[in-house]
Amino acid sequence: MTWSATARGAHQPDNTAFTQQRLPAWQPLLSAGIALPLFFCAGLAFIGLGLGLYYSSNGIKELEYDYTGNPGTGNCSVCAQAGQGRAPPPSCSCAWCFALPELFQGPVYLYYELSNFYQNNRRYGVSRDDAQLSGLPSALHHPVNECAPYQLSAAGLPIAPCGAIANSLFNDSFSLWHQRQPGGPYVEVPLDRTGIAWWTDYHVKFRNPPLVNGSLALAFQGTAPPPNWPRPVYDLSSDPNNTGFINQDFVVWMRTAALPTFRKLYARIRQGNYSAGLPRGAYCVNIIYNYPVRAFGGHKRLIFSSISWMGGKNPFLGIAYLVVGSLCILTGFVMLVVYIRYQDQNDEDEDEQ
Amino acid sequence: MEREPAAAEEPAPPGRRWRWRRRRRREGRKRTVRSNLMPPPGAEDTAAGAAKGARRRQCGGAQHLADNRLKTTKYTLLSFLPKNLFEQFHRVANVYFVFIAMLNFVPAVNAFQPGLTLAPVLFILAVTAFKDLWEDYSRHRSDHEINHLGCLVFSREKKQYVNRFWKEIHVGDFVRLRCNEIIPADILLLSSSDPDGLCHIETANLDGETNLKRRQVVRGFSEHVSEFNPLTFTSVIECEKPNNDLTRFRGCIIHDNGKKAGLYKENLLLRGCTIRNTEAVVGIVIYAGHETKALLNNSGPRYKRSQLERQMNCDVLWCVLLLVFMSLFSAIGHGLWVWRYKEKKSLFDVPESDGSSLSPVTAAVYSFLTMIIVLQVLIPISLYVSIEIVKVCQVYFINQDVELYDEETDSQLQCRALNITEDLGQIQYIFSDKTGTLTENKMVFRRCTVSGIEYSHDANARRLAKYQEADSEEEEMVPRGSSLPQRGSIGSHQSVHIMHRIQSTKTHRRTGSRAEAKRASMLSKHTAFSSPMEKDIAPDPKLFEKVSECDRCLAVARHQEHPLAHLSPELSDVFDFFIALTICNTVVVTSPDQPRQKVRGRFELKSPVKTIEDFLRRFTPSRLTSGSSSIGSLATKSTHKSGSSFLSTLSNNSTLLRLEERLGQPTPAITSNGYSSGAEGWSPEPAAREQEPERELEQAQEQEQELRYEAESPDEAALVYAARAYNCALADRLHDQVSVELPHLGRLTFELLHTLGFDSIRKRMSVVIRHPLTDEIYVYTKGADSVIMDLLLPCSSDDARGRHQKKIQSMTQNYLNLYAVEGLRTLCIAKRVLSKEEYACWLQSHLEAESSLDNREELLFQSAIRLETNLHLLGATGIEDRLQDGVPETITKLRQAGLQIWVLTGDKQETAINIAYACKLLDHDEDIITLNAESRAVMASDFAVPRFRYLQRLLIVHGHWCYSRLANMVLYFFYKNTMFVGLLFWFQFYCGFSASTMIDQWYLILFNLLFSSLPQLVTGVLDKDVPAYVLLTEPQLYRSGQHMEEYRPRTFWLNMADAAFQSLVCFFVPYLAYYDSDTDVFTWGTLITAIALFTFLLHLGIETKTWTWLNWTACGLSILLFFTVALIYNASCATCYPPSNPYWTMQILMGDPMFYLTCLLTSVTALLPRLFFKALQGSLFPTQLQLGRQFTKKSPKKFNAPKETFAQGHLPGEMRTEPAEQKSVSTSGPLSQDCTLPVSWHTQQPSCSPEASGEPSTVDMGVPLREDTLLAGLSSQTPGSSMPEEAVLEGCPGDSKRKPTSTSRTTLLSSIFNLPTFSSLNWISSLSLVSRLGSVLQFSRGSLQMDKQDSEFLPSAPQPEQDLKRADHGLLLGASSRDCS
Repeated sequence: MTWSATARGAHQPDNTAFTQQRLPAWQPLLSAGIALPLFFCAGLAFIGLGLGLYYSSNGIKELEYDYTGNPGTGNCSVCAQAGQGRAPPPSCSCAWCFALPELFQGPVYLYYELSNFYQNNRRYGVSRDDAQLSGLPSALHHPVNECAPYQLSAAGLPIAPCGAIANSLFNDSFSLWHQRQPGGPYVEVPLDRTGIAWWTDYHVKFRNPPLVNGSLALAFQGTAPPPNWPRPVYDLSSDPNNTGFINQDFVVWMRTAALPTFRKLYARIRQGNYSAGLPRGAYCVNIIYNYPVRAFGGHKRLIFSSISWMGGKNPFLGIAYLVVGSLCILTGFVMLVVYIRYQDQNDEDEDEQ
Repeated sequence: MEREPAAAEEPAPPGRRWRWRRRRRREGRKRTVRSNLMPPPGAEDTAAGAAKGARRRQCGGAQHLADNRLKTTKYTLLSFLPKNLFEQFHRVANVYFVFIAMLNFVPAVNAFQPGLTLAPVLFILAVTAFKDLWEDYSRHRSDHEINHLGCLVFSREKKQYVNRFWKEIHVGDFVRLRCNEIIPADILLLSSSDPDGLCHIETANLDGETNLKRRQVVRGFSEHVSEFNPLTFTSVIECEKPNNDLTRFRGCIIHDNGKKAGLYKENLLLRGCTIRNTEAVVGIVIYAGHETKALLNNSGPRYKRSQLERQMNCDVLWCVLLLVFMSLFSAIGHGLWVWRYKEKKSLFDVPESDGSSLSPVTAAVYSFLTMIIVLQVLIPISLYVSIEIVKVCQVYFINQDVELYDEETDSQLQCRALNITEDLGQIQYIFSDKTGTLTENKMVFRRCTVSGIEYSHDANARRLAKYQEADSEEEEMVPRGSSLPQRGSIGSHQSVHIMHRIQSTKTHRRTGSRAEAKRASMLSKHTAFSSPMEKDIAPDPKLFEKVSECDRCLAVARHQEHPLAHLSPELSDVFDFFIALTICNTVVVTSPDQPRQKVRGRFELKSPVKTIEDFLRRFTPSRLTSGSSSIGSLATKSTHKSGSSFLSTLSNNSTLLRLEERLGQPTPAITSNGYSSGAEGWSPEPAAREQEPERELEQAQEQEQELRYEAESPDEAALVYAARAYNCALADRLHDQVSVELPHLGRLTFELLHTLGFDSIRKRMSVVIRHPLTDEIYVYTKGADSVIMDLLLPCSSDDARGRHQKKIQSMTQNYLNLYAVEGLRTLCIAKRVLSKEEYACWLQSHLEAESSLDNREELLFQSAIRLETNLHLLGATGIEDRLQDGVPETITKLRQAGLQIWVLTGDKQETAINIAYACKLLDHDEDIITLNAESRAVMASDFAVPRFRYLQRLLIVHGHWCYSRLANMVLYFFYKNTMFVGLLFWFQFYCGFSASTMIDQWYLILFNLLFSSLPQLVTGVLDKDVPAYVLLTEPQLYRSGQHMEEYRPRTFWLNMADAAFQSLVCFFVPYLAYYDSDTDVFTWGTLITAIALFTFLLHLGIETKTWTWLNWTACGLSILLFFTVALIYNASCATCYPPSNPYWTMQILMGDPMFYLTCLLTSVTALLPRLFFKALQGSLFPTQLQLGRQFTKKSPKKFNAPKETFAQGHLPGEMRTEPAEQKSVSTSGPLSQDCTLPVSWHTQQPSCSPEASGEPSTVDMGVPLREDTLLAGLSSQTPGSSMPEEAVLEGCPGDSKRKPTSTSRTTLLSSIFNLPTFSSLNWISSLSLVSRLGSVLQFSRGSLQMDKQDSEFLPSAPQPEQDLKRADHGLLLGASSRDCS
């Protein structure tokens, strides 16, 4: 033991800012005075943002038609009646005709929307086999159990693609016809059905199984189509880049929606004369009505929508920003009143002292 | 700490085990110990012994006894996993989480990937297991260290003492211990180098007392002249089974010839104590290892549950209820949903495998279970771990606080209970011992009255005032102890490790200045001597003159027939008074250079013969003169000798150190004496010194002034020093004689016949001596005035003498009252002269009492009572016990903080009141409650505080912080989990209540654990709602903790409501923003997860009061971690994470401006109300704490003043504070007002046992404080574990002031009186209480509940249940403590 060693006690704590809890600290104090500018600033910023969003959203045009075919709602009711209770429903077509008095500014996207359709219910949402969809040959023939009861067909063949999601694939189809002049001929508007799915889904997640002898059909040999499907998966389209698991309609459908009312992109209109949008004139959408939704109270809609930086039309966000911004300003004023009164009192107190 | 049963440590073959079981049964409650060196009693044991090797113990009886190995570890490598898991699954929470995880393996109800749900449970289990493993390893290391300490054990083969490890010691081994060695086991003392067969031990390791206790060689062995030879030991020892009663040891030793001798606790050396002042001792091990009393008393670390945690557990139950409700709601919803779509052929319906659809009821049941899994986060799995982490950090910070560090003693505050730190912020009552806790325990003689005349000692008062001033200039004081040689460090070298481990809070209270104390603490660990302030008493000139006159007069008259008769009655009283001061105690004389170093050798023959008594004694073969003196006929020599030696033994605490002539110069031989490790056998007496005693004598006389007195209690020393100031110096004390040095008379040697020690029933002590001048038997008694005054000889008012005496008595009583008003501790001194016949008569019965085997204590007590009657009053003294630094200030602060402070004292009521005024404990209009409560002490400290004044910071600052931090963190946890679960619950309305989640299961599992845990931990550890200096200047802020303002049921539910609101916002804003969009469920879910994270952090931001760079970093890290993990996770595998399969989701999301816009809007909207409310409240209805924070803000700006000025000055907002304060008081008023105090006192209640002697002072000196360590026992012991009947401290070895607990009983204070509403002080003046209070009391909720039951036996216990629950925060303070190992 030396003096130097004992000059400082062995148990003496370290005198550092951390151990003594003296770290430099910012100590905001929540009171009207502090919150006041905060509320005003936030309010102003929000109102600004809200206005921008509101006008952005307002600039987006939407054209919507419910073609569910409930009685008396149009000509699709015939198909709806016809398809009631039948599986598979007969090919029935109906049309939705409308006129555009002016140019529908492009790019125009065509969506279909389903309501009351619970793609997000648990047993439905898990009923898929991502390995199978990624083209894994072993998975193709051995779908996971989650796919049950759409795992194996009645004949015992593995179903490809398996699962309830695939089985319930939306199978209405639409074509758009344009009549430039009244009484003129209807010209089919080209619908771009590619590029409607996420790039990564189309290129990474969804892959066809390796071709057998150059044939996709052979690759799917030994599998059965889902029970609801009128044709096997490799026949979804004639386009080899859009058939099988990488059929874009299928890929889009497989991305299950968040809420029971949802849209899914059907096509983009951007080709030829229509790259700038839909010119004025009369239009008819020819609907091949297959998908039965009336049984469970669902609705089907068709939507033409233009697109901005913020995506589709959504007035809510802009309005919400405006409302919250206004609320902030309002609260700011309350704070101001409180602050002034409080300040007065404070001064009085100090004067008294 | 778990103790292995003894049997487990000594693996025995089954047959043997069975045998010893049978044997044990036969033995009953006795343990038989034989020497291990003896040939074994049975043949089978011989065989076993031989087989086991030579070192094997062969004693059959001891076969099953534990060896001395210390094993406090719980696990071995193999047993760790199963055992630890088993223990962890004792926690309900863990079982619950595992159940949930297991539920997930059932396909019908699983929500997530089965393996995934196990992850958090496994993580928590792993963290806890790692912590347990680490703790166990630390225990193992310290065990190993202790086990490998060395000591000398007699080896049968080598026929000598050899070095062995502690762990190799067995019961029946002979152990030799040298000075300053630590005793390795409980050892029966068989031989000592001391000629009287004495051995001194220091029990500081056990009870914190640094004074010495005396131990005595077993009767029959002390006569051995030559060195004790273990080989010749053939006796058999029968004693009690191992038990944890430190105050008790009974047994007998049976010699070969069939003779029996009793064994008492005075014969037992306890493990953990240190041998002092005795060169060497030999003993046989009786109890070893875990069977030693010290270890049986070691309850290990305490696990308590704080008030806050109990409240939290209650709220966890609410959460469980909420969870069940949500799941049930969802299940019913799902049933309806399924029923609605059952026949509809809905395309999204998924039938069973066989094509049938689920019945709604089955679906509902499945949904219920799945919902429980999904919503499991509502029960915060990480809460418990987080709380543990936060508490560990809090304890760390408390320990690290420099301002709680006592430089003088190099000790910082210790938290022994790790998990009740937040209770420190909620204390409502403080129960404090006075002596040593509030006071320095430095007793200073102030004034006295003799024979009815008061001597005011004005010079002395002036002197003390000077010290008072000097003390404040502590550092400038020249260290007086600089002449102390460097000692101790070398000597205790061997034991340094254990000393450090065990005695972390050595204090040196009685050294003078701080500087000196500091120096002394570095030099030596064994200073127990009075400071100059206590020693250098300035005598009162009048009294001094009278004493001198007595001395002169007697010197002249000494050879006449009745020398004392030549004195006037008053002078005679003066003389007796000083003789009584000098000898009526157990003070031991030591030399300054060698504190506690016993000087060997007897040199009486060489000193000048001064009295005929001396002469007779010198030439009497026996050291005692009884045989040759006139009272020789009273008893046979042997009886007398054994009797008196026994008596002095009984004077338990007398610490009888002897110093013969002043021969204390530290010759190398002496200094190394006992320290030298190689000592092979002690040399009986250094022969060299015998030859030149003359020279040494001269030196000794030069040092006469330097005599040091070492006393059990500082009061005793103070009186002896006072007497010395009047030239009546205690020169020497042996166990059978006391010498007093007077200037003219020279040395008077009093034959000490008996010492009747102090006990708290009698409240007095007496010595019986034979007066050398008159040859009469005198009894000097010293005690509490209340007692002594009643024992005085009734004086008839008929004769003048009687009237005079009566007048003296009333005068004395007046002066006593005066002293009390001054706050002095009062003692009365009285004497009684016994005729030889009276003495003979008394001695007869006394010896009978002594030799009685049962009921001995009771008989001895009665015997003492018989002696102490018809006393003649001599005078009284007033002693001042100075308050510790900062005590009044601290008490003021604590009272402002709303703490009710109770102080226990044994002082006279008047004294107590005046001390209370001095402490600022009392305002003038307050009531004082006096009562005698008999109680029982429970020793269990949770915090050890070096000084009383540190309590202020500990409670007001750290306690407040700990409470506030933890309360806020717990609330935040509940908020966070509820809010998160709310998101999932709202989603159920849009997914058919199918228990589907929009949040990826990985996020769901990792969110609590990974993304959102760090910031709240940082805040929970570091946040300071109010800075320390504001808390100290505004102690009333402490009340927020007392009233549980941070975390009360209302706060909890408001918090939950806010969580519900926020989850609504966080769900529906994204819902509306993405309504009618093509977004998919997991993209949307990821958005919501991000929103939730931002909201959590912003919420935490509002709640965090101080932002250090650590907070910023933690928040940044949290966000960074989330996005990094999400990006990596979403890019890692395209098909690996069914069913969410979130490939590239985050990447897409982060490219979308809507994501940011929604996050911003949602988080801000969610927190707007909270921010608004907080801001408004901060301005309009600020709480005390917010005001406190505002001062912080303002003070630098407006005052621009240094901290100190601010601390003392009038705060600007005080005017505003007042109304608010009143408000808070009035709202909480009823709470404290109808509160009867549900408090019980547990103090060791002394039975009528004269065994408790040796404490010479009468009233309130029973506090054996040698330490100013404070202990605060907090109120959180669980009922089951409360009330350890025999606590470590109570039973400090050799401290027989503590009584057997069998006679103790508990009384409920609360039932005796109600707490006055307005008084925050209650002063308890109770003699019996205070005399027990050397030990620390524990005030525990658990014991409260027990007492409640007890109270049924009491007639007056109308105590509402809710009061019991409310006032559950008390703090007990007492001094002196030490964990024993």
